[in-house]
Amino acid sequence: MSLRTPLRPLARILPARQKGENPDAIERENLRLRHEAQRDKMRQRAESRLILVALCFMIAFGAVGTRMYALATSDVEEPELVTNGASIVNTRADIVDREGRVLATNFVTNSLYAHPHEIIDARAAADGLASIFPDMDADALHRRFTSETRFIWLRRYISPEQEQLVHDLGEPGLLFGPREMRLYPNGSLAAHIMGGASFGQEAVNAAEVIGVAGVESEFDEVLRDPARGDAPLVLSIDLSVQAAVEQVLAGGMAMMNARGAAAVLMDARTGEIVAMASLPDFDPNARPRPLTDGEAADSPLFNRAMQGVYELGSVFKTFTIAQALEEGLVNVETMIDTTGPLRMSGFAINDFHYYGASQSVEDVLVHSSNIGTARIAQMIGADRQQRFLGQLGFFQPTAVEMVEASAGRPLLPSRWGELSTMTISYGHGLSTTPLHLAAGYASILNGGTVVTPTVLRQDAPVLGERVVSEEVSQTMRGLLRSVVTDGTASFGEVEGYAVGGKTGTADKPRTAGGGYYEDRVIATFAGAFPMYDPQYVIVVTLDEPSETSGPEPRRTAGWTAVPIAAELIRRAAPLLGLRPTIEPLGAYQLSSASQ
Amino acid sequence: MTEMAHGTVVVQSGEAVLPRWWRTVDRVTIGCILALFVIGILLGFAASPPLAERNGHDPFHYVSRQAAFGSMALVVMMLVSMMTPQTVRRLAILGFFAAVAAVALLPAFGTDFGQGATRWYSLGFASLQPSEFLKPVYVVFTAWMVAASQEVGGPPGKMVSLFVTVVIVGFLAMQPDFGQAALIVFAWCAIYFVAGAPMLILVAVAAAVGGAGVVAYNGSEHFARRIDGFLAAEVDPNTQLAYATNAIQEGGLFGTGLGEGSVKWTLPDAHTDFIIAVAAEEYGLVLVLVIIALFATITLRAFMRLIKERDPFIRLAGTGLAALLALQAFINLGVAVRLLPAKGMTLPFVSYGGSSLIATGILVGMMLTFTRSRPQGEIGDILLTRHR
Repeated sequence: MSLRTPLRPLARILPARQKGENPDAIERENLRLRHEAQRDKMRQRAESRLILVALCFMIAFGAVGTRMYALATSDVEEPELVTNGASIVNTRADIVDREGRVLATNFVTNSLYAHPHEIIDARAAADGLASIFPDMDADALHRRFTSETRFIWLRRYISPEQEQLVHDLGEPGLLFGPREMRLYPNGSLAAHIMGGASFGQEAVNAAEVIGVAGVESEFDEVLRDPARGDAPLVLSIDLSVQAAVEQVLAGGMAMMNARGAAAVLMDARTGEIVAMASLPDFDPNARPRPLTDGEAADSPLFNRAMQGVYELGSVFKTFTIAQALEEGLVNVETMIDTTGPLRMSGFAINDFHYYGASQSVEDVLVHSSNIGTARIAQMIGADRQQRFLGQLGFFQPTAVEMVEASAGRPLLPSRWGELSTMTISYGHGLSTTPLHLAAGYASILNGGTVVTPTVLRQDAPVLGERVVSEEVSQTMRGLLRSVVTDGTASFGEVEGYAVGGKTGTADKPRTAGGGYYEDRVIATFAGAFPMYDPQYVIVVTLDEPSETSGPEPRRTAGWTAVPIAAELIRRAAPLLGLRPTIEPLGAYQLSSASQ
Repeated sequence: MTEMAHGTVVVQSGEAVLPRWWRTVDRVTIGCILALFVIGILLGFAASPPLAERNGHDPFHYVSRQAAFGSMALVVMMLVSMMTPQTVRRLAILGFFAAVAAVALLPAFGTDFGQGATRWYSLGFASLQPSEFLKPVYVVFTAWMVAASQEVGGPPGKMVSLFVTVVIVGFLAMQPDFGQAALIVFAWCAIYFVAGAPMLILVAVAAAVGGAGVVAYNGSEHFARRIDGFLAAEVDPNTQLAYATNAIQEGGLFGTGLGEGSVKWTLPDAHTDFIIAVAAEEYGLVLVLVIIALFATITLRAFMRLIKERDPFIRLAGTGLAALLALQAFINLGVAVRLLPAKGMTLPFVSYGGSSLIATGILVGMMLTFTRSRPQGEIGDILLTRHR
């Protein structure tokens, strides 16, 4: 065999055939040679490309090495904000209440950091710091001070006293950077409304303060707008009323052994929230960490008045009756069949007490008859009921200006049939926040126009869409006043302030599985004062109260929420500038309304 | 006896497996791998105790696991490198189908360990990341397909492998794991390039990757933030990147000294993605350059040996594997020094990670198989075969 490849492929095959040899072997040999030639050609091409790829990688590794070298031989820099140019000065506006009293302001303090290479006596510095700040560990500090590091953060902000003590150490390697921190001088007052603030970008000589919750977060950009100048953000809150509400509510919550409590005091005409409290609360100067497990409602950060959605019970009867009057279906004297139990698709509606086979509309509300209200709701029907409650804002989260407001989204029944209509008429099957309820009561009682809750001070009455007529509004005032004078809310009477309102005691739904607890309730009082010309609406809600002064625990709102509401009004009304007066005669014109 | 004089490797029938392996395998590369493994253990001692403490294990929990997995990886690597290329190819093709199935079934059976991306199977005592195992066998499959397509009358292997690549990249992007997807795409490009791809197609692929990047930038906030962070002149001082940069600066040329570093206390990924930062801080630039040199040596030697390789399949498979290893190392190092945008990727053989270690063992074992010296049709080989 020769190494030479024939020029013509058939050159060997033809002679081989003539000689009678098998040409297949020769053909295979030719194929193999061609194959090899092709492979060699490809290998040559691959060779240059492989060299290219290898070269790329060498360049890449070289670049990494060079960059490492450049980094390793450069120095550690102190973090300085280059982006903002100048230092960050007092750019966050104050927040004040409706009378101009300070709710949130800025406080100049210092941060503490160290330059270990400038520290003279690391041992003394470490020991000194550890004695000033008990949570610092002297040995760990000493180790850090003697390391090669050139910059160490020690504290984000320190108090003036601590600053003086650090000064007294006389250590040149411990340095201060100016820090502006957000201060809430009233501590936990109106904590849920304020929310809180924390540091954003930080540098040695300044740090950004950003709102993290409540109005601080909602109005973050407004507060930081340098164009504002010194103009503070004015809230609708009245600091003294807020303080009174929180104090009374805390006392009441302890007395009624409740797990939590919420109260809303709202201007009935403008929707301004004059006071809003949720207990337990927290100090916005040191916001607690959010809970990572368990129920959100267990955290003190949770605002029960605005984020907590509950089935609020009989307080909803007010809306059913107001609508029935408005539609002209009944008047206050119309007799309603209240024989029970009222059976509907396998569900029985019962009353707490039996007051006879039929009652007037007035008595249905005063005695809080579920059966009577459900019968009235049947007259109204699902469509009209939905439209009415929708108008009052019960289907949307409240529009109040806080980031958490959107969390208070009402829970609606998935299918709104006749049964739902009947149960919702007395406040079951529809979960809303106490704030929704306050806005709803304000809309019915202020003359019949919808109010939108707000935390900003309004300078003129805000007239919303009309939901009920002036007359129906007047009638409802009278009916709710009767609930206090003759009905379930008799503890609500505050002499001289003509309180009116409605109680609601709703069993709590079980957290796991369906159904309701038998011994856990949400007790609510919703009302207004003075009833002949309602100025303010009040809602008090207690979570799992039980009043134990009697032989057995009492949980109904009349025994728990109502006395607290009365005490709130007794404290708050004078602060709000209302004088105690004698109720004018014939203020409510009960019989003239409707039909 | 002329062939002996030409320094050719003689195929002696009946030669024992081990001596022949020792004679033909790239011993320098094995040495480099062992060195990397030792460095990895050394850095594990420095980097992982803080994490072990945080997770409530004994301080050297991760080091002992690293040593166990690393030894397993080395054994796997040796075993694989003793096989013939044909055996490797057959096993790898089978493994390829298994790995693709495993990746495809991740959405159904995988867990995300609370990290937002479903990449793992939880086996109780350990977790398994199938995409790590997919990479080496994918390269073999692709090389096999592309090499076959170059045969006269072969299958349309390039199209098949392109289609398979697109499908796999789709699966990986769904997890989402853009890092592994990028590695797969890159491996395919490297193989195709060496197989003689027209430049036009490579330019098109580059454009497609760029376009996909723009789409991802606009569509994914996660992705956009990474890129913005990379492009911004100033580093946010509270990011992993800033800590890593700081650590490298602190380390300087010779480091702060054993156990003196502080970055491991602040960096959550100190023992995996940012192991190089720990190396730089405690041992200084010197060790970093040694690590880079080791990877460069492995890469370079593999390519030099592959240049001589005549069999297209072996050449392409070896290329893909070497490129994969080098690229992974480059990305890991490049991220730490901000040459590349932040992308979590382990440093082969050095970072902690069971799946990653063993998969890298398989990868390097295959690479060693494909780079073993064998008759290459040089003049001596030809004479040898013709005399048979």
